[in-house]
Amino acid sequence: MNAPLLTFPKGGVHPREFKSLTAHLGTEVMPVPDEVDILLNQHFGAPCTPLVKKKAGVREGDLIGEVTQGLGANIHASVTGTVKNIGTAPHPIAVKAPSVTIQTDHDAELASYNHTDWTTLSREELLARIKSGGIVGIGGAGFPTHVKLAPPPEAKVDTLVLNGAECEPYLTTDHRAMLEHPDEIVEGAKIILSILGINECRIGIERNKSDAVEGLKKTVEKTASNGFHIHVDALEVKYPQGSEKQLIQSITGRKVPGFGLPFDVGVIVQNVGTTRAIYEAVVLNKPLYEKVVTISGKGIQRPANLLVKIGTRLRDIVSYLGGTTPDLAKVVMGGPMMGFAISDLDMPVTKTTSGVLFLTEDEIDTSSHGQCIRCGWCLDACPMGLSPNEVGIYVEAGRAEDTAQFGVFECFECGCCAFVCPAKRPLVQFIRLAKRKAKK
Amino acid sequence: MTETGSGLLAVSVSPHVKSGESVEKIMWTVVGCLIPPLVLSIFLFGFQTLLITLISVGSCVATEAISQKLLHRPITIKDGSAVITGMLLAYIIPPGVPYWMPILGGVMSIYVAKHLLGGIGFNIFNPALIGRAFLVATFPVAMTSAWLAPIRDGSVFKYMGSGVDAVSTATPLFILKHYGIAGLIDKFGSLSSMYGNFFIGWRPGCIGETSALLLLLGGIYLLYKGYITWHIPVSMIVTIGFLTWAFGGEKLFTGQPLIAVLSGGVVLGAFYMATDYVTSPTQRSAKLLFGVCIGALTVLIRLKGGYPEGVCYAILLMNPLTPAFEQWFRPKRFAPQKGAGK
Repeated sequence: MNAPLLTFPKGGVHPREFKSLTAHLGTEVMPVPDEVDILLNQHFGAPCTPLVKKKAGVREGDLIGEVTQGLGANIHASVTGTVKNIGTAPHPIAVKAPSVTIQTDHDAELASYNHTDWTTLSREELLARIKSGGIVGIGGAGFPTHVKLAPPPEAKVDTLVLNGAECEPYLTTDHRAMLEHPDEIVEGAKIILSILGINECRIGIERNKSDAVEGLKKTVEKTASNGFHIHVDALEVKYPQGSEKQLIQSITGRKVPGFGLPFDVGVIVQNVGTTRAIYEAVVLNKPLYEKVVTISGKGIQRPANLLVKIGTRLRDIVSYLGGTTPDLAKVVMGGPMMGFAISDLDMPVTKTTSGVLFLTEDEIDTSSHGQCIRCGWCLDACPMGLSPNEVGIYVEAGRAEDTAQFGVFECFECGCCAFVCPAKRPLVQFIRLAKRKAKK
Repeated sequence: MTETGSGLLAVSVSPHVKSGESVEKIMWTVVGCLIPPLVLSIFLFGFQTLLITLISVGSCVATEAISQKLLHRPITIKDGSAVITGMLLAYIIPPGVPYWMPILGGVMSIYVAKHLLGGIGFNIFNPALIGRAFLVATFPVAMTSAWLAPIRDGSVFKYMGSGVDAVSTATPLFILKHYGIAGLIDKFGSLSSMYGNFFIGWRPGCIGETSALLLLLGGIYLLYKGYITWHIPVSMIVTIGFLTWAFGGEKLFTGQPLIAVLSGGVVLGAFYMATDYVTSPTQRSAKLLFGVCIGALTVLIRLKGGYPEGVCYAILLMNPLTPAFEQWFRPKRFAPQKGAGK
């Protein structure tokens, strides 16, 4: 009856999930805060140029930042109100980044959007809507979606893979999106397939979300196929199942070459959350300015899946959810395996914020690290077949520049090595250092 | 940060969660697995085996603390690794040695073989085996003759304080080497009774090496915990069995593989010493070859060398080849690089 679960063969780990803290909680709309801080670089590429001046009035959904050079994605106002300042705000990666601060007008009318029939639109028109909507990959690095969906002509793409793995512990936003909006995800998949001019779509979901697997299967069955082949695959629960290369291997058996991209093996991957954002940008003509964020961990009084305006400061989320617990030790933006620890609750939510975790001492491990005992567990855990142990030893010995041989440039920093290391060595930190110093 | 109790948030590079395993947990689990053979040794050779083991462990732990103090390194005696070295050192010396001997062995193991080479993670040789090799070279008579016959009447204080010469016996491997299989049967009874006794551990030998049964139970637990893999123990034991069967008899393929595996330090060495993380390779294929090489060297020393037993030197000879094995056997990458092979 049940098909065998798909998975990738090499490496991977099984961290405790902690998803039950929020998996059952339906998406809750957070009231609009008094002020939002909209960062001008929320994507892979250069920061946007602000299009508004101080004291200007803006409406929810207005374009306020535009790409002027190279890769990037448009930025929109997430609230109606007045531009209070064009300055900087804390950024999860860049520490500080340019931002537009908007003071909310709470009496303003909410924006409304009408359905349009996207099937009459051309490929170019569809891409144009995605571009103007400022859509980026919201599950990861924030790569501009209109660029990803226009692969070079020599790439022979035949399969779209939708990433519903959500393999990071704690996070449940993709899970909720699949449960609450399966129609929009399936419709979004059809839009992407039309843009790519292909028929095959595989939706990969880890088995710990079997309700989402069943729900999406039913949605696919009951909606007209329009000639598209959309298939839902249950995946083994194993981190990092949702990593692009691992997911492609799990579902299609194809291996993206080292330093290659998914389209080298005929695949384009989109996160299910991004797929829903594509649906909204195309069908509703609604830009990406709000998103669902999992707020979880034992350090927050009330965990939740919150729909928040992009630019909402974490401080406002914390007070909305009743504050933090006294034993809060660490705040992480993103998942616990790859997210960024932050020291400042003035940090605003960005397009790529999938979760904010408030972790207590007993959820994290702050013990100091020792020498490598060469147990080799990191070699077994690494899904890329690299040698994190050697990188760490070389970096400590001052030979970071000689570490390319151990594959530092193929490392995507999933953290499996450091997760299993019994000596608690900060292997991802060593690898990041090595990446800066090593010669390719 | 008024929202937090302590006022400060911890920051570090991801991942923020860890598996819960630690060096301490691994080491103390190994210590636990090594306890049953020690208990058996008390009933087998008498109460002094416990004293020798405690002296050896005490020497190793004290040497570790003093070495780290002298070398201005953090003191890590709580991690259990010096305790393991102390236990293993005691387990591979004869039960009738004088009590000061394990003290010297412990100093050699921990100060010279471990800390002078860089401490945990950097030692080239297995410290306990270096300790034993040092004792064999320095006190060859005691180390090769202080064997005791198993106690049959339960008088565990029988050998306490008595001169070793008066009670010494010979190990199965010594008899096998000098008197052949006929001599062995003469001394220990039929092959089948030998299999049983040797498997349980009822034979002369080093303190903790005799009981294949108890050592296997601990080894299986370490396999189950994932602390060791089967590759080195299995390839080493199979190689010793096969090569002894092939070359250990009067004619080809007439040797006694089971006797070879159940005597000497094969099981102890295979599960607890050849698998030492620092001094053995990390790749599975490398481990297989590593185990085969140790097995082959063991049989070579036993059959052609001057010593009746070869496990100690076989492992010591292979230990320094570990870095070379790491070079030869690299993990297989997820996929070849783009444009490779074009």
